[in-house]
Amino acid sequence: MFETFLAIVRRDLILAMRRRSDMLTILFFFVIVVSLFPLGIGPEMNTLRLIAPGVVWVAALLASMLALERLFAIDYADGALEQMLLAPQPLSLLVLGKVAAHWLVTGLPLVLMAPVLGIQYDLSLDGLRVLVITLLLGTPALSLIGAIGAALTLGLRGGGVLVSLLVLPLTIPVLIFGAGAVEATISGLGGEGHMSMLAAILVLSLFFAPLAAAAALRVSVE
Amino acid sequence: MLEVVDLECVRGDRKLFTQLSFSLSGGELLYLYGQNGSGKTTLMRAICGLLQPTEGEIRWEGESIRELSDEYTREVVYIGHKNGIKDDLTALENLRILSTLDGVHMSEDQAWDALDRIGLRGFEDLPTQVLSQGQKRRVALARLLAHQAKFWILDEPFTALDKAAVSLLQQVIRDHLDSGGMVMLTTHQEVKLTEGQVKQLQLGGGGQADV
Repeated sequence: MFETFLAIVRRDLILAMRRRSDMLTILFFFVIVVSLFPLGIGPEMNTLRLIAPGVVWVAALLASMLALERLFAIDYADGALEQMLLAPQPLSLLVLGKVAAHWLVTGLPLVLMAPVLGIQYDLSLDGLRVLVITLLLGTPALSLIGAIGAALTLGLRGGGVLVSLLVLPLTIPVLIFGAGAVEATISGLGGEGHMSMLAAILVLSLFFAPLAAAAALRVSVE
Repeated sequence: MLEVVDLECVRGDRKLFTQLSFSLSGGELLYLYGQNGSGKTTLMRAICGLLQPTEGEIRWEGESIRELSDEYTREVVYIGHKNGIKDDLTALENLRILSTLDGVHMSEDQAWDALDRIGLRGFEDLPTQVLSQGQKRRVALARLLAHQAKFWILDEPFTALDKAAVSLLQQVIRDHLDSGGMVMLTTHQEVKLTEGQVKQLQLGGGGQADV
């Protein structure tokens, strides 16, 4: 069973490596959105420090929405999804494999890039550290929650916009606690509480999102 | 043994077939025919469990496939209109991943061997996007060579295949039937099917079905 999970992860990683442009588009989107704010607002350090957590988090949220549309769409088009549905393994496990690969390709690069971008906003070392930790906890949750939306809108026209409309409201808690942790750290209050909430959201979505996405896929493919 | 009891499927607002009943046991082939849009693919998708029929029941060894789920899907291999292969992967990678999904461990040697038998010698290491339609079909069909599933559901398996591949596939199907397997297929081509246990099912004509 675990072998199948690994096979799916490996397959999707190979596919992503052979089609690197998809991955880079998302990363560049994130970098550019975050970099536009200092240019638009001006080099007022206090303001930038104030908006940094929110801007980085909203940009990460939008970047992960951008990637969602393709999560199942290609598998649906070439018939690989049908075969996954018919595999004698729990579909939710295969979905988890796909989401894991998806996060490694689209989420992890954002996490790694975030500290570099944070410097533009004059974030303190503590702030940067917490920003990375919250993104590390939050972006997998975004991918997991997004997978439900991607599965529900599979095969629909204008699915990309619909995914965002469906998923963005669900991701509000992740945004609040993610950005909140960084803000609390900067202002000296300590972000541990926020981070625990974020971890709780991740654990919950790790358990429930694959089940929900699998059920949605069965309906969509029918 | 597969039993279909009083099956009814609706696509959109159209009733494709109703009160459809038949059974299929080991060593038998079911040849499904009918015009375009008569519900052949729908019936196949319902039988392999991708689609929930409006009414009726599908039983495998006496139990409903809804309740069996994994035990049933392990016994079934479905090859539909879409090949289910990835354009960016090589034929070898595609075959091995599909087999892993089927729950069959295929070593690299076995995969080379299967691709060789299906007539893809020299193309094993190429991304499938450079292969022709027929060659892609062959990659998908190579799964059958290594698969231990008892029940094959093949939707238009002969499409895009050349003469040699068609006769090879016929031979593979014949071997499978001889070893007690079951096959359900559709085709619009004039392909001589195996002698012996062949059942025919015609769909179309206002929801009528003749066995």
